[in-house]
Amino acid sequence: MNLAARQEDFARAQVGTPSLGPAPLAARGLSVSYGVKPALIGVDAIFPPGRMIAVIGPNGAGKSTFLKAALGLAPKIAGEVEIFGKPVDQAYGRFAYVPQRASVDWDFPTQALDVVSMGLYRELGLMGRFRGEHKRRALAALERVGMADFADRQIGRLSGGQQQRVFLARALAQNADLYLLDEPFAGVDAATERAIVEVLKGLQAEGRTVVCVHHDLATAREYFDYALLLNLRKIAEGPIREVLTVGDLQRTYGGRLTEAQLAAFGAPGGAGG
Amino acid sequence: MEILLQALTLRLGHNAMLATLGAGMFGLAAGASGAFLVLRKRALVSDAMAHATLPGLALAFLLMAALGGEGRGLLGLMLGSAISAALGLLAVDWLTRRTRLTEDAAIGAVLASFFGFGVVLMTVIQTLPFGRKAGLESFLLGSTAGMLRADALTILVGGLIALGATLLLRRPMTLVAFDPEYAAASGVKVQRIDLAMMALAGGIMVVGLKIVGLVLAVAMLILPAAAARFWTDRVGRVVWGAGLIGGVSGYLGTALSAIAPRLPTGPMVVLTAAAIFLVSMIFAPGRGALALWSARRGFGRRLKLRAGLLDLAQGRRPSAEAARELRRAGFLSAAGEATDSGRAAAREAAEDESLWARAREILPPEALAGRDDGATPLRAALTPDEWSLVRGVSA
Repeated sequence: MNLAARQEDFARAQVGTPSLGPAPLAARGLSVSYGVKPALIGVDAIFPPGRMIAVIGPNGAGKSTFLKAALGLAPKIAGEVEIFGKPVDQAYGRFAYVPQRASVDWDFPTQALDVVSMGLYRELGLMGRFRGEHKRRALAALERVGMADFADRQIGRLSGGQQQRVFLARALAQNADLYLLDEPFAGVDAATERAIVEVLKGLQAEGRTVVCVHHDLATAREYFDYALLLNLRKIAEGPIREVLTVGDLQRTYGGRLTEAQLAAFGAPGGAGG
Repeated sequence: MEILLQALTLRLGHNAMLATLGAGMFGLAAGASGAFLVLRKRALVSDAMAHATLPGLALAFLLMAALGGEGRGLLGLMLGSAISAALGLLAVDWLTRRTRLTEDAAIGAVLASFFGFGVVLMTVIQTLPFGRKAGLESFLLGSTAGMLRADALTILVGGLIALGATLLLRRPMTLVAFDPEYAAASGVKVQRIDLAMMALAGGIMVVGLKIVGLVLAVAMLILPAAAARFWTDRVGRVVWGAGLIGGVSGYLGTALSAIAPRLPTGPMVVLTAAAIFLVSMIFAPGRGALALWSARRGFGRRLKLRAGLLDLAQGRRPSAEAARELRRAGFLSAAGEATDSGRAAAREAAEDESLWARAREILPPEALAGRDDGATPLRAALTPDEWSLVRGVSA
């Protein structure tokens, strides 16, 4: 189905649906707290399909928490979240997650291709045989991120950018409709950033939805077309040109933005970055 | 010597044969499932569980003896041990989550108190007038001497079940051990898998009580995995390699102790595994000590060769150590003149070096981290798009 058709379908299906609707990701009154310290308060959001969506906000604003809570990984204390109109535990297989890079044991006995193959485990089930076709799919995913030459490299012996590409390839192998990435550009080199953006735009062109936690305002307009601005609560949500305005940014970042940074967004619709 | 051969080829009688086979099966299951414990970094918790089996073992004996039996039924003892190992695990878990104790402190506290309580119970048992307690202390260090046929079969079947569970859970356990957050996001219930992993470890210990005993049980979970890790960079091979090493250790160690019945079986099995570990640590290609030493040497030689080639390219005289490497590679004649292949190699090295200089300019340091080693050609270090980026700028 092409993008326009999907969006039409989406609009049609939204009328009179008792649930949050079939949006790739929808949240209502989502609140998260670690202990009694709130990390996110009452966030409503409905992400449209087939878009490149940024979740933007200052450090500690709850960007990653929003993503994790949406996937059932953070302790939700109120509100609800649905993925394609279903609770998360009925939507496994339709979404793929790329966590922040730093959290794994880099000396783990696994090579780049093995990591990508893990993206197929869900589909394979407990005892399904890993066949030639699965290996080909894993290799194709590595190829798509430009890492085919490194398939048999132990993951600790890759550079930061290369590791991030491998984790993206693991998600690609899942062949999902919704991709959620937590700070995919943190600590990677410019060539890798460009390669990842290419891949993500390719996913969008195939009608899939991409959501990234993103902190670089300078590139936000160039990469994304829709945004959710967070600072503990939702500040704004919508097409990126309408959302990245001086007022919204000031409400999001408080006094933390410099005049120069704000000036870059002074004229809505002007060249970003 | 002859008797060792007999033991190894299972000709020391029916029960000894069953015991040896059972120990092999136990080692196989322990090695394979232990690999996941090591990868998940829960090996020490399993040690606490192993020591926590003792009070359960003693209480099970008391209960069975009080009910009028001998008190030595293996299944009953295994059940008691399993229950008290589970309590030990819960205690560690509770202490870690509900108090400010760190996990290592919780492990130490639980291990010591359960084991101490168990030792007291064992001492009390020795003073009691009923039950056949001779041989109960063999559960501390393991003994297959005088093992009953039913005991050996119990161990064999228990090992098979544990092996089957390991096979069934290998994928979720791999996901959880490598990247728990991703595992959770792909629908794996991380806590349940962790629990299953610990239950598996507890089951293995209980199965191995008669063979390695509870003090050394944890060794059979850790040593085979640690040894296998030296040989490979892939999870599947670590797991089944550990199974193989564990199986061989169980089989060989038990056969050895069969010829010297006064030696406890546990230490023999564990020492066999330790010997395999030691050999792996020294001789394994890739990660072994010798391989690391020779890789370092080889790297030094490549660095010298590279320096020599760059000297040649710029018409400088190579240093003595570089000249030695150049001659070895056939790039320098005995008279100290560059050969044709030497000149070609020098040109190539100089080109690659200027590409590296470009790469360092346009790619940020983190992109080259760990790859800019002064000896690897640039093309081999970069992804295709990075490579064309660098080439594009230099063209």
